[in-house]
Amino acid sequence: MTRTILLSVWLALTWLLWSGRTEPLLLASGALSVAVAIFLAWRMNVIDAESEPYELGARPLVYLPWLLWEIAKANLHVARVILTPSLPVQPRLVRIRATQKTDLGRVILANSITLTPGTVTLDVRDGTLLVHALTRKSAEGLESGEMDRWVTWLEGSGEDR
Amino acid sequence: MMFQVAALGVLLTMLLALVRAIRGPSVYDRILAVNMFATKTMLLIAVAGFLTERPEWLDLALLYGLISFVAVLAVLRFSKYGDLGSDDQVRP
Amino acid sequence: MTALVDAASWVLLVFGALTCVTGGVGLHRMPDFYSRTHAGGLTDTLGATAILFGLVLQAGLTLVSVKLLMLAFLLHLTSPTATHALVKAAYSRGLKANEVEAGDGVSH
Repeated sequence: MTRTILLSVWLALTWLLWSGRTEPLLLASGALSVAVAIFLAWRMNVIDAESEPYELGARPLVYLPWLLWEIAKANLHVARVILTPSLPVQPRLVRIRATQKTDLGRVILANSITLTPGTVTLDVRDGTLLVHALTRKSAEGLESGEMDRWVTWLEGSGEDR
Repeated sequence: MMFQVAALGVLLTMLLALVRAIRGPSVYDRILAVNMFATKTMLLIAVAGFLTERPEWLDLALLYGLISFVAVLAVLRFSKYGDLGSDDQVRP
Repeated sequence: MTALVDAASWVLLVFGALTCVTGGVGLHRMPDFYSRTHAGGLTDTLGATAILFGLVLQAGLTLVSVKLLMLAFLLHLTSPTATHALVKAAYSRGLKANEVEAGDGVSH
């Protein structure tokens, strides 16, 4: 129930933000849209800890800047590789362990890896990620396990799920 | 002037993606190129909105981004399962 | 102050455009499909973010800026999801990745 209310508030805010108007007709159609969206989400059974992970609390606000910084560094690395005339790529597949307890944590880790240029997650199975890395530097950055530790911290204790 | 430069860069990228979509060689290269073309279109709409001083085009950019995202996933799902509406999530 | 914001906006927009073109060039220079996805990621993350933030500086403290930021946030959610779905489909269909041994340093 908490998640349904949270999702409604979130949807209503999104509506207000993108319309930016307060005429009664538009507000009413917004309320109707939110109700329909909630009904569909309830029917599809997707209002759960994966779509509304409020247990994460404020930790994403600490994780996101770190992730964005990592993305910026990886971007410059890949751009340099592309612009070097000899094209020094050393593509390889690496397997790394994901120490997260929940599916949500593993999805966040896999998406963070894919979002960072130079590494793409190919497959997730039994707590192991198969990752394609563009260069040795990208692979080494991954194998240090720093991102894995960050996401495990982000996930928290996971006891309430 | 600055918006023209940004639009030019995005257009050039779209052209490069289009050439890759035509050259292939695999179908996945083509989907990758089309996906990149779509996200660059979204960016171009946003820049063009500022270029013509009509920032409400951003709504169109968001809509385009969402539709292209769903379209790419639908194409991939169709190529994998041969079906769009199946409940069967496990790999055959 | 306006000149300063304009200058920062210029830098971000030109940098974003150059990053996008670099990604487009990478799409052609990379030797195989899996390597090309990294070039695609380059345009979706740094290129798009730089251009959108360049636009934010021009829009100032308005609803337009919030929309631009939401656009950037959305792109950072959809881009890896689409890329992962794509490479997973390619991998499960048996498309082989070019690999080099550690320390080789040469593609193919």
